[in-house]
Amino acid sequence: MMANTDITSKTMDGMGPHGTKVGLLRVLGPAHVWALGVGIVLVGEYMGWNFAVGKGGAYAALIACWFAGILYSCVAMIDSEVTSTVAAAGGQYTQAKHIVGPLMAFNVGLYLVFAYTMLEAGNAITLGYLISVAADMTGATEPLDQRPFIILAIMFLAWLNYRGVLATLTFNLIITAFAFCAILVLFFASAPWSEGSMLAHGELMSGQAALPYGWLGVLAAMHFGLWFYLGIEGTTQAAEEVRSPARALPFGTLAGIMTLLIAATLTWYICVGYLPWEYLGDGVNGAVAPLFSAAQMTGSDALIIILGFGTLFATLASANGCINDASRAWFSMGRDHYLPQWFGAVHPQYRTPYRSIIFLVPIALIFALGAPLDQVITFSILSGLLGYTFMPINVILFRRKWPLDTIKRGYEHPFHPIPAILLIALCSVTYFAVFLGYGTQLIAMVSFYIVVSLWFHFWRYRFVKRADQFTMPWPKPRGY
Amino acid sequence: MARYIPPKQSKIGQMIDVVVLLILSIGALYIPLWLGLAGSSKLPLPADNPTWESLGQNEVMVERWNALGFADPASAHDMITARFDYSFTWGALALMVVVIVGYFVMMLRLSEKEYREVIAEKFDGK
Repeated sequence: MMANTDITSKTMDGMGPHGTKVGLLRVLGPAHVWALGVGIVLVGEYMGWNFAVGKGGAYAALIACWFAGILYSCVAMIDSEVTSTVAAAGGQYTQAKHIVGPLMAFNVGLYLVFAYTMLEAGNAITLGYLISVAADMTGATEPLDQRPFIILAIMFLAWLNYRGVLATLTFNLIITAFAFCAILVLFFASAPWSEGSMLAHGELMSGQAALPYGWLGVLAAMHFGLWFYLGIEGTTQAAEEVRSPARALPFGTLAGIMTLLIAATLTWYICVGYLPWEYLGDGVNGAVAPLFSAAQMTGSDALIIILGFGTLFATLASANGCINDASRAWFSMGRDHYLPQWFGAVHPQYRTPYRSIIFLVPIALIFALGAPLDQVITFSILSGLLGYTFMPINVILFRRKWPLDTIKRGYEHPFHPIPAILLIALCSVTYFAVFLGYGTQLIAMVSFYIVVSLWFHFWRYRFVKRADQFTMPWPKPRGY
Repeated sequence: MARYIPPKQSKIGQMIDVVVLLILSIGALYIPLWLGLAGSSKLPLPADNPTWESLGQNEVMVERWNALGFADPASAHDMITARFDYSFTWGALALMVVVIVGYFVMMLRLSEKEYREVIAEKFDGK
C-alpha cells in the first residue's frame, strides 16, 4: 500500500505499510483496516502458497493454510493490544524500542525490510514469468529472456518511488479488488456444482497424491502456509488513523484474516482441482502463478486474460508497496542513527527517502535475478516468522513492565497469556517446517541476523542517543 | 553519570558502514545460494523408460499433464518423482534449535543492557 505522507514531518514515523502521523485525524473505520490488510496480502494467493503443496501435498497445504490462520489470529490479537497503546505509531519497530530494547528494535526493523525486499524480488520473478508466457501465447518462437523485464520492473517501480509519484490508496484498492474478484470469477466459471465441471479433485488427489509425505508433510507445509497471510499484521500500524482502535483494529484485522481464509481456500480448491499436485507444488518449473495456470487449463481466453491481469495487478501493487515500505523502514532506522544517518536523507525536491530506495534496489535485483522463487519467498517468510516470534515476548514483557492498571489500553486482548503461548508454539512448528527441506536457508538467515546484531551492539549503537529513543508518555517501567 | 553524547560519524565512516551492510546482506544470504550450499533438497528419482502407470498417474492426471504440455511420461518424470528428503539427524535439529534460541537469548540480553541505559537516562536523569 502506498503512503501519501510527508516523511520530513517531525511527528510522523515512516515505518510500516501505511506510514502514520501522530495527531492525524482519526478517519478510518474497521472496513478501511480490512481493506488495507487484504490489499497488502492478496498477492500471496497468486503466487508462492503452492510451494506448500510441494512440501506436503494438496491436503497438507489446506491444513497448513488453516493453522497459519490461527497463528495470524494470535498475531492480530497481540498486536492490536500493544499498537492501540503505542501513541506514536510505527508498528512493531516502535513497540520494540519502548518495550524490549534498541537491539530488538534494530532487528525488527530489519525483519520488515527483508520481508518486503524479498517479497518484491518474488513479485518481479512472477512478473517476468507472466511476460514470458504472454510471449509464448502470442507466437514467440524462442523462449523469452525474463531478466530484462525483471530489471525493468524493479527499476521502474523504484524510480516511481524515487520521484514520489505514489499510486493512491484508492487506485491500489481498485486493482486489488480486481484481483480478488478474478478469483471469484474463476471459481464460478469452474462451476464445481455442475457435473460437466473440469475440476477433478477425486482423481487428482487419489492414491499417493493424497498425503505423499504422510503427516510429516503436513508439518512441512506449514512453512509456505504462512504465505497466505504474510503482511496482514501491517493493518495494526494504521492505529493513529483509526476512529476507534479498540474496535476497529482487532475487528478489521480478524475480518481481513477471515476474508483471506476464504480466498485462500477458494484458491486452493480451484488449483488442486485443475492441476496435478506435482506440477502445482513446483512453483519454479511448474505453476509459478498457480491461478493463472488453472485458468490456462480451462482453455477459456477470457479467463486466461482475467487471471493474467489479476496476477499482474496483484504483483505490481505488492511490489510497489514493498519498495515504499522497505525504504521507509530503512529510512526510519537511518533517522534514528540505527543505520548510517546518510540513509535518513530526504530528496530536496521530491521529498522521498531516495538513498534508502536506491540502496535496496541492488539487493532486490540480485535475488530476483539469481535466486529461485522458493528461496526468495523462504527468506521473506523467515523474516516474517522472526517478527512473529518477537510478538509474544513483546506482549509478555509489556504486561510485566506496565500492568493493566498502569497505562490505559485501547484494546486488551483476552485470555493472556494463552495467545502468546499458542503463537510461540506455532512459530516453533514453523521453524521445524522450514528446517525440513530448507535448513540451510534457515541457518543462513539467522546467522545473518546474529552477525548484524553483533555489529549493531558493539559498533553502531555508539552513534545513538540514549534517552531520546523513549518518546512515550508512559510511567517508568516496573523493575527498573 | 553524564548524559550520553554520541560521537559524530564521519562521511567516510558512514560509507564504510553502508558497504559493510551490503556485504553482510549479500554475503550471508546470496553467497550460500550462489555456491549451491543452500537450496531445496528436492531431487527426482532416476528411472529408465518410465510409463504413466509406473509414475502412479491415473487417466485424469495423464490428461492434465498432456494439457500442460507434457506429451510423454519421460518429459514429466523429473517433476513427478522429485521429492524432498525430510530425513534429518538429531544433531542438525539440535544445531537449529541452538542457533535460533541462542540468537533470541543473545539479542534479549544485549537489548536489556541497552534498555537499562535508556530508562536510566530518561527517568533518572543519569
